[in-house]
Amino acid sequence: MTIDAWLQAATADAERRGLSDLKPILETLAKATAALRAADFNSAAGPQAEADARRDRTS
Amino acid sequence: MMTIEEFGRRLRARQVTSVQVTEECLRRIDADNARYNAFTLVMADEALKRAHEADKELAAGTDRGPLHGAPISIKDLLDIRGVPTTAASRVREGHVADRDAPTVAHLRQAGAVIIGKTNLHEFAFGTTSEDTAFGAVRNPHDPARSAGGSSGGSAASIVAGMALASVGTDTGGSVRIPSGVCGLAGLKPTIGEVSTDGCVPLSRTLDHIGPLAASVADASVVYHALLGDARTTPAVPMPMHGLRLAVPRKYFCDLLDDDVRSSFEAALERLRAAGAHVDEIEIRHATDIAPVYLHIVLSDAAAYHAHTLETVPERYTPPVRLRLEMGRYIMAEDYVRALAGRDVLVREVDAALAQHDALILPTLPIVAPPIGAASVNVGTSTEPVRNVMLRLTQLFNVTGHPAISIPAVPSSTGLPCGIQLVGCRHQTDALLKVALACEPQITGVSVPRGGTDGG
Repeated sequence: MTIDAWLQAATADAERRGLSDLKPILETLAKATAALRAADFNSAAGPQAEADARRDRTS
Repeated sequence: MMTIEEFGRRLRARQVTSVQVTEECLRRIDADNARYNAFTLVMADEALKRAHEADKELAAGTDRGPLHGAPISIKDLLDIRGVPTTAASRVREGHVADRDAPTVAHLRQAGAVIIGKTNLHEFAFGTTSEDTAFGAVRNPHDPARSAGGSSGGSAASIVAGMALASVGTDTGGSVRIPSGVCGLAGLKPTIGEVSTDGCVPLSRTLDHIGPLAASVADASVVYHALLGDARTTPAVPMPMHGLRLAVPRKYFCDLLDDDVRSSFEAALERLRAAGAHVDEIEIRHATDIAPVYLHIVLSDAAAYHAHTLETVPERYTPPVRLRLEMGRYIMAEDYVRALAGRDVLVREVDAALAQHDALILPTLPIVAPPIGAASVNVGTSTEPVRNVMLRLTQLFNVTGHPAISIPAVPSSTGLPCGIQLVGCRHQTDALLKVALACEPQITGVSVPRGGTDGG
């Protein structure tokens, strides 16, 4: 799930639950999640999974 | 502050009794607790009973060791049989512990006199001890400022002369942060070393239990008591000549208040002059620590609180409730990413320590923030209080390395500054030896601190 899609869903759910004060906090969390996913120990994971899938298809 | 060492000397020299010192602590609680909000519960009758027993035992020739008869406070997150564990929250109303946490049982076996339970940031989920059902904890050095958190009441109780030492918990810095802003020694042992049974969890992945005390030697005494080996010979300082320290400047020294920076650099100079080698190293992924920590602590905390967030949400303080709710939205894939980050960080801190006895860095980038402040100025930047207070401590909860905060030379306004030493995993005793050696250079005083007459 992309962070944008997650944030949209999370914000809508928080509002449905009457927790509209959560919105700015969820936006902060979205930034932290983006930073986590961008860390190089994780940024390698996406391309690696893709490469593994390609290798599996050709083997 | 009277140290446990000084108390023990005077106790055994028959210059003071446990009852006298306990009564003095109770007098100070009576006089000042309304001002500082350090305690959630004062156990006066039980403490005096235990103090009488301690004096009688000593007179009869039974000496339980260095904590014998010493009044100690306990963070109100740990179970003490027969009294509530409130976690400073209305969510826990009606709770009464049916047994002592193992750490509390160990303290009793060591002869400690448990004087009461201390206030904290609700459920230990904050760094200022402001969001609590018992009123904000105030820093005895300046009551308009925070005592740090989450073990703020523990720190305030020692500085205000209400206890000789305290036991706190540390999930992102909650022993070291209040120690740093209150001018105390605060130890977070290696992860898993001290039992967390009987303690309300914040994060089962990151929680630690450790002592706050007036000196490194006192912290060492309480730490060994928590482990159940109260009779251990007091730690001996490592020789200063040839001591190998490493400063991780990148990230850890990038954002510091000017007074904190001056205090830190002056301590490094004194350590070098005393014979220590001080190198500079880099922990490459330290810049990633905040998101790694956040995703682990929020997920763990949300899992523990899921039921009460549904059933009694109104009993939480609003800021803590919102942070806990935030954790319920973290995706599993991101939690796994954070755990992958933890593995990388453990290896990097291990590597940084491979050629050194300890890392050395400030405990916090700032001095105690004003109560109620949402943000603080650090140099030319304005930062959220919570983020900046956790910035230099949270890494070592994630990696599990032992870390101790030692009081450094205060700021130009007289507020305490702390310096942190970090040792190898499973070598907390070795870290304590380094800390004992460095303490005089870090504090800038060569004689033991303390001195108020406890009775």
